[in-house]
Amino acid sequence: EPSVMVLRTQESTAPGYRRVEGTQRGCAWLILKWLYVLLPLQSDRLLIKGGKIVNDDQSFCADVYMEDGLIKQIGENLIVPGGVKTIDAHGRMLVPGGIDVHTRFQMPDRGMTAADDFYQGTRAALAGGTTMIIDHVVPEPGVSLISAFEQWHEWADSKSCCDYSLHVDITQWHRGVQEEMETLIKDHGVNSFLVYLVYKDQFQLTDSQVYEVFSVIRDLGAIAQVHAENGDIVAEEQRRILELGITGPEGHVLSRPEEVEAEAVNRSVTVANQTNCPLYVTKVMSKSAADVIAQARKKGTVVYGEPIAASLGTDGTHYWSKNWAKAAAYVTSPPLSPDPSTPDYLNSLLSCGDLQVTGSAHCTFNTAQRAVGKDDFTLIPEGTNGAEERMSLIWDKCVVTGKMDENQFVAVTSTNAAKIFNLYPRKGRIAVGSDADLVLWDPDVTKIISAKSHNSVRLEYNIFEGIEVRGAPLVVISQGKIVLEDGNLHTTEGSGRYVPRKPFPDYVYKRIKARSRLAEMRGVPRGLYDGPVCEVSVTPKAMTPASSTKTSPAKQVPQPVRNLHQSGFSLSGAQVDDNIPRRNTQRIVAPPGGRANITSLG
Amino acid sequence: MSYQGKKNIPKITSDRLLIKGGRVVNDDQSFYADIYMEDGLIKQIGDNLIVPGGVKTIEANGKMVIPGGIDIHTHFQMPYRGTTTVDDFFLGSKAALAGGTTMIVDHVIPDPGSSLVEAFDRWRDWADEKACCDYTLHVDITHWSDSVKQEVETLIKEKGVNSFQVYMAYKDLYQMTNSELYEIFTFLGERGAIVQVHAENGEIIAEEQARMLEMGITGPEGHVLSRPEELEAEAVFRAVTIASQTNCPLYVTKVMSKSAADIISQARKKGNVVFGEPITASLGTDGTHYWSKNWAKAASFVTSPPLSPDPTTPDYLNTLLSSGDLNVTGSAHCTFSVAQKAIGKDDFTQIPEGVNGVEERMSLIWDKAVVTGKMDENMFVAVTSTNAAKILNLYPRKGRIAVGSDSDLVIWDTDGVRTITAKTHNSAAEYNIFEGMELRGAPLVVICQGKIVLEEGNLHATSGSGRFIPCSPYPDFAYKRVKARKQLAVLRAVPRGMYDGPVSDFLPMSRGGGSSARTSPTKQTPIRNLHHSGFSLAGSPTQRGESAGKYLLVCMCMK
Repeated sequence: EPSVMVLRTQESTAPGYRRVEGTQRGCAWLILKWLYVLLPLQSDRLLIKGGKIVNDDQSFCADVYMEDGLIKQIGENLIVPGGVKTIDAHGRMLVPGGIDVHTRFQMPDRGMTAADDFYQGTRAALAGGTTMIIDHVVPEPGVSLISAFEQWHEWADSKSCCDYSLHVDITQWHRGVQEEMETLIKDHGVNSFLVYLVYKDQFQLTDSQVYEVFSVIRDLGAIAQVHAENGDIVAEEQRRILELGITGPEGHVLSRPEEVEAEAVNRSVTVANQTNCPLYVTKVMSKSAADVIAQARKKGTVVYGEPIAASLGTDGTHYWSKNWAKAAAYVTSPPLSPDPSTPDYLNSLLSCGDLQVTGSAHCTFNTAQRAVGKDDFTLIPEGTNGAEERMSLIWDKCVVTGKMDENQFVAVTSTNAAKIFNLYPRKGRIAVGSDADLVLWDPDVTKIISAKSHNSVRLEYNIFEGIEVRGAPLVVISQGKIVLEDGNLHTTEGSGRYVPRKPFPDYVYKRIKARSRLAEMRGVPRGLYDGPVCEVSVTPKAMTPASSTKTSPAKQVPQPVRNLHQSGFSLSGAQVDDNIPRRNTQRIVAPPGGRANITSLG
Repeated sequence: MSYQGKKNIPKITSDRLLIKGGRVVNDDQSFYADIYMEDGLIKQIGDNLIVPGGVKTIEANGKMVIPGGIDIHTHFQMPYRGTTTVDDFFLGSKAALAGGTTMIVDHVIPDPGSSLVEAFDRWRDWADEKACCDYTLHVDITHWSDSVKQEVETLIKEKGVNSFQVYMAYKDLYQMTNSELYEIFTFLGERGAIVQVHAENGEIIAEEQARMLEMGITGPEGHVLSRPEELEAEAVFRAVTIASQTNCPLYVTKVMSKSAADIISQARKKGNVVFGEPITASLGTDGTHYWSKNWAKAASFVTSPPLSPDPTTPDYLNTLLSSGDLNVTGSAHCTFSVAQKAIGKDDFTQIPEGVNGVEERMSLIWDKAVVTGKMDENMFVAVTSTNAAKILNLYPRKGRIAVGSDSDLVIWDTDGVRTITAKTHNSAAEYNIFEGMELRGAPLVVICQGKIVLEEGNLHATSGSGRFIPCSPYPDFAYKRVKARKQLAVLRAVPRGMYDGPVSDFLPMSRGGGSSARTSPTKQTPIRNLHHSGFSLAGSPTQRGESAGKYLLVCMCMK
């Protein structure tokens, strides 16, 4: 039996002292917690021998030595302190711990709270080989972004047992939100914001607002995430479906057809192109939405797509289950596609790089909570599980099937996420200096997913029930400590740290910056028109730019863009060719079509 | 060509006319035959026709005889902030006839908040008084309410209107929200009308316009810079999505860019009932002129969506028109004088929009598409008249040379070459956006309502001779498919026992569904009855969840 050998030599005390020193300024209970909870389980020094290190670019055999939660040495015949705890990998793969870019643990919904809190959720994540999660802060409209952020921060700090970071959702747009975004970026380490094109009259923003949010996000160097569904159409369809007497979970998917998702993706791509803002589409659930992203990338748009465990692993036929509770367990938005070929398609796009990152959108409600919508599908709390299953599912659907290799597996489960959200190479890579978040991966072990055995203990249904997956974590190391071995989880509530993220991630912004330099537009120098002017009635012709100022906090800010455009630099020179304005002036003045064309440089 | 008749009297044509020796070109075939007309109708087609003695005869000498063109999009005599476009219904329809177009379809644009029917009647009065060729009217829906719904109903049932345009641009003026679009599409889809869209994302345009002006770009180049073609394509995509959801035939007016055309052609490949209308301007010229140093010239190209600055656009659109991905052509002829355009001399957003093209349309398409071998003469007929007639439900009265059809005919000279210039065009505008272009192919003789209106280069147009042609709803060309899909798209609930387990306590905040009521005036539409139809293809409700899922999937695809 190829189980891992863990050589438990004498427990070294030296790191223990260091740990105590480190927490001296902390409360006494932290020390106690360490003494009674952490000390018996883990030490701060760890050596993994004989593993195959798998990064997104290459795989190689080497030992890894970790200390103080960091990778200190990689190589052969490492010189390490005596008596260090050693794991023998027996040639198995060592991958960077997974990053689940999309979770909604402990999420409030109408007075209820998602069944998995930050402890249960991160514990499930660790069990599946994920050592970092990024959760979404969802401020109630009217509540300040910062106080919501602090609320989430507090929840996660007290319960999370793996490192985490936070996206902040923009659920309304007015003056003041922009300043809060700036504060979040500068002082709180947030570099990604989600806007909703759906949830009409609740979270949904108009196209103008999205334009303004994207402009702000670009200026601040953050990532614009979008929940892409056309909320206006969804609202109309929901009403129609209810009128037809369809009240069950199948109404959820019938009222949210995939073209409504694709439409919203297309629209956000358009706005992102116009504003030269990097775009990140959360929850890619359908083939058509994925196609729009793939096409946009081919045209040069800086856009990333995030399929989730659910869309990669199952489909929307279950909405027609005769078992209401089971059908309701699949309710999430955008919905799972009823087209059963969807998961395979999305896995293919993930493998070829058209989609880049994976999350779980883990947001679990139990049956009693779902039953709030037993008579009306629009009231069913939304969300599915997937934090625990994500890594194994992708291995099984993509690597086992030969769609991707182990390196691409690392890319889509951690590296790309780390790059996009500016965590690289601290996270998402096995390298000296990186965090000691590692997973010893067993490509051969199989298990059958079931609600009976999953870690979301308060959840009666698992949307992947009965699916047999190949590939699973054997040992999980988080912050340099073994949290999973021999099938046992050793998690500590509150041990997860908030990982701040800086703006302007290179992976995303190098191109954006180059394009803003190119996208200068200039007026045509002409003499003043001095011919006759027709008299008109004063009725203004509507699309007065003034109308947008009221909704636009962006406009008040002195935009650095302006200076660029007012630059005295010009290629045009003296004009002797006033009668032949065509090609010449066109080239001089501005790229025809403005930035739209610049995006096709890529 | 010879023709015996008295010249130089006001009414030089008679009611009986014979065209001998022409090659009749319809959209499906071409053949040699004589055509005999009487009382404005085609009475006989064939060889050796027996006709009354002394009938006026035109020798076609083997030249092509084609159905008169239908310009499906004009804005003659359009009011704009107290002024009116320089081409009224007389000048406009006269220019149309000069170019071989014998019917025009103008847009009625009611002021937001005012009555659609009144606006329609006003346009009727203007056109009846002045038009010198047959015409019909689209009505633009510039606001949406219960009373508008009733008026639309009246227009369809009593006034002979079967096409309505909505705007996705012109924020705070004409622009409709997605919800309103959904409701309008649903409403029109149930009444057999065609939904036309002006497809541009007005919200983003407003933002971009503000940005351009802030940068100090105030000239006509700002017009195109603030309306990049992506915004057109985005709106087309959205309109297609809504049309597909509501199972309503869609007609995109003014296809100006490659990307917008691509979206239409993709949607057609996916089975959507959608028609695209490139216009003379987008088929014939491009948007590089917005950078002209001559302000007046640059301003004369201002129209929305704008001409694309990509100079390969016209060729691309001509190709899609030839392949059938785009179906009909108009001119969107809407001409303002330089002084009128100069309203926006300091701010491009104030420049009145519109270009010429009604006179040039047929020759331009012949030159760009037939001479180049992209399409044959039959396809030429299809895109210049037949398809338009089918969409308007006027086929085969218009758009075909057949016994019983209106005698609107053109003898087409495939070799005639002329150079387009504002000096000689029939429009009153000072600029012609096709200035200097040499086009091959021109009408030699134009017959409208059985009367010769153009011959030997002379126009004999009579103000007020044009008739309003009413259009009836449910054109087969669009609605046969829509009807078939409606029958398939029955949705059914899953029969389940009542859920009787525990229910969590929650705060009764509304989410999504019910909350949209306040923005939606169409709550009580008769949709219900249709959907409540007992007809079903689903078979026994006892089938298992999985197969039900697949069945419904099929429905959704078809929808």
